[in-house]
Amino acid sequence: MASFEFAGVMSLTASLASVAVLFGLCILALVTLRVKASSALIYLSCFAASAALLASGATHLFRGSAPEAVTLALGLPWLGAHFRLDALSSVFLIILNLGAASACVFAVGYGRHEHARGRVLPFFPVFLAAMNLVVLAADAFTFLVSWEFMSLSSWALVMAHHREPANVRAGYIYILMASLGTIALLLAFGVLAGPTGAYDFASIRATPPAPLTAALVLVLVLVGAGSKAGLAPLHVWLPLAHPAAPSHVSALMSGVMTKVAVYGFIRVLFDLIGAPQWWWGLVVLAAGGLTAVLGVLFALIQTDLKRVLAYSTIENIGFIFVGLGLALAFESNGLPAAAALAFTAALFHAFNHTLFKSLLFFGSGAVLNATGSRDMEKQGGLIHRMPVTAFAFLVGSMAISALPPLNGFASEWLTLQAILWSPQLAEWPLKILTPGVGGLLALSAALAGACFVRAFGVVFLGRPRSREAAEAREVDPWSLAAMGALAAMCLIVGLLPGFVIDALAPATQAAVGAHMSPQAEIPWLSIVPIAESRSSYNGLLVFAFVVASMTIAALTIHWLASRALRRTPAWDCGFPDANPATQYGAGSVAQPIRRVFGNFVFRATEKVDMPPPGSTAPAHFRVDIRDRVWDTLYAPIAGLVSYAAEKLNHLQFLTIRRYLGFVFASLVILLLALALWPS
Amino acid sequence: MIRDLFVQGAQMLLVLAIAPLVTGVVRSMKARLLRRQGPPILQPYRDLARLLRKEATLAHNASWLFRATPYLVFSATWIAAALVPTFAAGMIFSWSADLIAIVALLGGARFFLALAGMDVGTAFGGIGTSREVMIAALAEPALIMIVFTVALIAGSTQLSTITTFMASPEVGLRVSLGLALIALIMVALAENARMPIDNPATHLELTMVHEAMVLEYSGRHLALIELAASLKLIVYMSLIACVFLPWGVASATGERDALLLGAAFYLGKLLACSVALAIFEITIAKLRVFRAPDFIGAALMLGLLATLLRFVSEGL
Repeated sequence: MASFEFAGVMSLTASLASVAVLFGLCILALVTLRVKASSALIYLSCFAASAALLASGATHLFRGSAPEAVTLALGLPWLGAHFRLDALSSVFLIILNLGAASACVFAVGYGRHEHARGRVLPFFPVFLAAMNLVVLAADAFTFLVSWEFMSLSSWALVMAHHREPANVRAGYIYILMASLGTIALLLAFGVLAGPTGAYDFASIRATPPAPLTAALVLVLVLVGAGSKAGLAPLHVWLPLAHPAAPSHVSALMSGVMTKVAVYGFIRVLFDLIGAPQWWWGLVVLAAGGLTAVLGVLFALIQTDLKRVLAYSTIENIGFIFVGLGLALAFESNGLPAAAALAFTAALFHAFNHTLFKSLLFFGSGAVLNATGSRDMEKQGGLIHRMPVTAFAFLVGSMAISALPPLNGFASEWLTLQAILWSPQLAEWPLKILTPGVGGLLALSAALAGACFVRAFGVVFLGRPRSREAAEAREVDPWSLAAMGALAAMCLIVGLLPGFVIDALAPATQAAVGAHMSPQAEIPWLSIVPIAESRSSYNGLLVFAFVVASMTIAALTIHWLASRALRRTPAWDCGFPDANPATQYGAGSVAQPIRRVFGNFVFRATEKVDMPPPGSTAPAHFRVDIRDRVWDTLYAPIAGLVSYAAEKLNHLQFLTIRRYLGFVFASLVILLLALALWPS
Repeated sequence: MIRDLFVQGAQMLLVLAIAPLVTGVVRSMKARLLRRQGPPILQPYRDLARLLRKEATLAHNASWLFRATPYLVFSATWIAAALVPTFAAGMIFSWSADLIAIVALLGGARFFLALAGMDVGTAFGGIGTSREVMIAALAEPALIMIVFTVALIAGSTQLSTITTFMASPEVGLRVSLGLALIALIMVALAENARMPIDNPATHLELTMVHEAMVLEYSGRHLALIELAASLKLIVYMSLIACVFLPWGVASATGERDALLLGAAFYLGKLLACSVALAIFEITIAKLRVFRAPDFIGAALMLGLLATLLRFVSEGL
């Protein structure tokens, strides 16, 4: 079965070999658990495997090779395991392994402090391998098995520190939602394969489903891939599970695993299912817009740094899904150029999000290592103690807040340009919804800026709010190298977005049948999505202008005016040496925005408990915030399940005679039903 | 090429030179309207010169970010001012950033100013920052919606193209443009810390937003921040002028006389905007901080409505 020309499938073979190496590393980790150096050994080997996967993905993409396919004699005997490497897979292979490789480097340093190595090291390579296999899989069986491997290994990593009650709860909700997602995907592929059970993607592609069936598949994939990506209202597990894992795994889950989910969504909806209908775009757009705003609003009010980042992942997933929804809408309207723009924007944002979200999670891991806490209210002033981490985190914060000239701005700018094309859409519901979604995107981008001003300001600026923060030490060189490399990439990709757009062209061509015009040939390395008279942007020039005028201003002022500087106590309107607790903290910076959106989104209730005049008792101020999604959707379901479980609980304590009676009764009923069944 | 660069340089120097003047005109106009003597029109220049000469004092725990922010804020605002058409459209670098990028550039300046407010670790800086980001979180999407409206009408997000299109006779009166203009004025008031959102004259700390954020700055740092604030006012005035009052804007490649005429028109528009701002500010009271979201929210809704109108009418 495994007969193939080696030369034609070189990249794919190399990828599969690297995946096999990753599985081997799991065994190695188990064997060498007691060896002290095993942590560094495993992570460095994982880095090598990821680098090899990255290289094979890049080779395939930049050579413009034809799709490579291999069938191995694994899995179901009549099906085999199909693997395929095409442009879309190779783009995601690059995204995935860029995040994975940097996480491995970070983990070499970070993993030294791990006290539960046995619960992290064996699962880490499996997690990486499973994500790669999802991207390479070319039949439903392989895809689902890899997907489930990915869920279970990441679940094990979430449960690494299982003594903390919050982690156990996070793990429980995660495994429930992951199972739900897998079931939805299983059903989706079942419906796609049809009664013949042709599970390989080539056969599925050859027989597009009927419109109604396709609609069912859309819903199932939205639930299956959407729940893994964190699409509202299926996002509830994500802010619990991502922060619970060790920080390099959090970075992988937020930066990389959500992209694998996006890949699953794209693979089914842009490849397997055939031509889209116009209302699919509507559904995906609405889900994306709502997800973006909900995610960032909840990110704004969290006080756990890693949870802020997890909620912000939900926001960015919303951004990506808006791009995909636009692409679906344009494609169904016969506007391939616009669809290419929207699809490129979505892929570009996925790539960017992997860069800056991994960077930010590494930064939060460094803070956690240095101060022993993820609570923002215990940090402060870390820019003095951890200058390199602070700088890298600042670059990540700027990128995720979509500030020019960093990479986040380039992809959000493309998304907005795609929205400006949408009056061309023919259907009225789309025409009315798209400007609203544009407004939601603009709102969430602005709120993301506020969110990261708060995150960076409270953690790194100001005065230390705890002894640990005052005595924090800069982290190890490995972690700094990983953060520095990602920060540099955020800047480079932001300055030269044209090359990324060009690299995405083959994937866009395959998915929507068109691609954006080549950007690298445009003078001055600008990006011009449609025509220069319509819009253009040049990050390189903007950056050069800002740096040049900054230098000119600084030199002129220092030369002509004054350069004298005196250090004094803070002015603070004359208040002498106030306690660091008087600074604005995580809660208070968010308070104005919480008030604006409070009743509507958060159902926030503020309770002030003032002691009577003359009493020396302390006053209390309490804010309660509820997640509406949890209250209205999940709480009733959980209530129903526990009610049913309680009622059925009686069945466990019956005598043997009663059980026998039940068995007999059900047998009689079944036989009766069989006899009465109209044949 | 040299000539194009020269025209671009002339615009950069022009906005830098007259930014304090516009602030001075608005201040003295307000004072006169309130029957006060008021400071002389040139007072902002004297303030800047005085601040620049003085030594800068820094709090003991101020970080490098605190010191770099004034330069960053100033240069980002200056570049934004250089990219908005003032007396001429189609400058040599006008394609390097479109209107969305200019909005984001100003957002970047605010990002750093808000961070600087938290750097020293005092309560006043934090109060300014938290309110500034709240206002910005609503004002920025409103501005983007206005950009959408204008871009859909002109078929471009390039400001030079928009200006040229707006000056052409095919625009006519449109409801969406009217809504966008009102929304843009509201956003401009909020973004420039003007009444009714913030009071630029106050020094009562609890009522301020912008001033609280920059409370710890002194000397040359404060001078740069004040200059950046004046420049930002000019950016918004130029933006309103080039989109909604596009008459008399020369082409950057035109004759010298045309450029001079454009400059005269531009100064006239700035004067008109300053007078309008002064009159508006003395006729309105400052809003409570938690009423400010209603004001900017209205701008957001107007912007959204204008965009929606464009989307709907585009298909007809």
